[in-house]
Amino acid sequence: MAEFKSNSKLERILRAGHFAFTGELGPPRGSSVEHVREKAKPLKGNVDLVNITDNQTAMVRMSSWAASIIAKEEGLEPNYQMVCRDRNRLAMQGDILGAYAMGINNILCLSGDHMQFGDHPGAKGVFDVDSTQLIHMVKKMRDEGTFQGGAEIEEPPKMFIGGAANPFAEPFEWRVHRLAKKVAAGVDFIQTQCIFNMEKFRKWVAQANDMGLTEKVYILAGVTPMKSVGMAKYMKNRVPGMDVPDEIIKRLQGAEKGKVAEEGIKIACEQIEEFKEMKGIAGVHLMAIEWEHKVPEIAERAKVLPRPVV
Amino acid sequence: MIVAERKPFDEISDLLAGYDKVLTVGCKTCVAVCLAGGEKEAALLNKELMLARKVAGKPVETCAALVERQCDMEFLAELDDIVDQYDAIVSMACGAGVQFMAERYPTKPVLPGVNTTFIGVNRDVGWYEEKCRSCGNCLLGVTGGICPITMCAKSLMNGPCGGTNQTSCEINKDQPCAWYAIYQRLAGQDRLDNILKMTEIMDWRNNVPRTIVQPGYEQRKAAFSDK
Ligand code: SF4
Ligand code: SF4
Repeated sequence: MAEFKSNSKLERILRAGHFAFTGELGPPRGSSVEHVREKAKPLKGNVDLVNITDNQTAMVRMSSWAASIIAKEEGLEPNYQMVCRDRNRLAMQGDILGAYAMGINNILCLSGDHMQFGDHPGAKGVFDVDSTQLIHMVKKMRDEGTFQGGAEIEEPPKMFIGGAANPFAEPFEWRVHRLAKKVAAGVDFIQTQCIFNMEKFRKWVAQANDMGLTEKVYILAGVTPMKSVGMAKYMKNRVPGMDVPDEIIKRLQGAEKGKVAEEGIKIACEQIEEFKEMKGIAGVHLMAIEWEHKVPEIAERAKVLPRPVV
Repeated sequence: MIVAERKPFDEISDLLAGYDKVLTVGCKTCVAVCLAGGEKEAALLNKELMLARKVAGKPVETCAALVERQCDMEFLAELDDIVDQYDAIVSMACGAGVQFMAERYPTKPVLPGVNTTFIGVNRDVGWYEEKCRSCGNCLLGVTGGICPITMCAKSLMNGPCGGTNQTSCEINKDQPCAWYAIYQRLAGQDRLDNILKMTEIMDWRNNVPRTIVQPGYEQRKAAFSDK
């Protein structure tokens, strides 16, 4: 077996052939360490990796690297998210070195939501590099030991490199090619947008399989349990790039009173069961939005426990 | 062309407080076409100014002049004989014209009458759209004639992002997604291979004031600089 690219726990789990199960933690809109520790608790032992979001929805939050360090102290494996919106290549590379120095071994490279969505709509969007280029830059830092500008790095950061994919947005035919671009840029793992339209997702994965992409990259399927009919409608109509078929809404509407969230979790578990068997899928990324305390229950019911020790 | 918008009257009026003789200079080129700073707009501004100052009991004397292109010293020179008669100049040209005027008359306050907004096109009379951010490294040859830097809200070079909403940009429904359009245009021309490979990190050239000397004009520039 080839050498590991990083010290990432996720890399070891995937390389050993386990079905990965990852989660998410949004840092607070303040400097409370306790807040991060509290949110970390239900995730510990139940997921292999935790995405620490970076000024999510263009709202200022505790920096992703700082919250990543706190999560690590709590025994979690952080996935340091970095968006292209807020930093230029100098800041990005500096932060990557710093994060790696503090023991962070995973990074997720994202474009970021537009400033207009957040509470600082007048901010200047940086977008010096885009998400595909960021992936390439981190790979170059790791594998060639050089900065983007070409100079050598003393002790290169050995990051396990992640990216995102939205299999649903138009033009659908292009989505798999965009994945291919990220693979060529050097991405190691992909976490997809929340999946609700299973039919479209199956098609996308089949295309990725046909193109041989799933042999080069680990794809973790994005799952979000719906808490309510309102949430499903909001995601369908308001969240850019989200594809929520009417059947999902109907199914939630059909649930008994007080049992809608239960139905949401049931749908999520059914999806996870299918992903476990799906060719080309290496795991699930669970985005339980502001529902961290439910993660143990969902993990239990999705039969992904206990998590492998590697 | 360069597209500008007239500044709000109160802002111009504040800039001119204390000046009693004002020369307002329109520009005949871009800002005239986009109805912000041509002959008509210069005259209109003067009228507003005189009325407001009269009402306030501080009358002002104004004069309107028009220059072919304020971004050209040769044309600015036409003002040399009259500038001395005024306390301040309002330039209705784009930011480049204002600066060139201020450079020509360094002892006079030269004030902007418009907000220079973008390089764009004339979609219809009175309707302009931004098209270029003058990045200095034009990518249109591979992106189907659609600028990813200007027309994509995140200036992505390997789009589209995950927020694409059917054919619209994630920022709003009325803004087409540039990358959706790039894909469609290239697909229609059978040129999708243009964007199959990653576009490398950009070498941004617009971080310092830029100067261009066209081939063959180097000596002329050198002679000018020696003067
Ligand atoms: S790529 Fe866009 S911003 Fe750059 S020169 Fe071309 S049109 Fe202008
Ligand atoms: S939706 Fe399209 S135009 Fe808007 S930011 Fe994303 S790629 Fe750019």
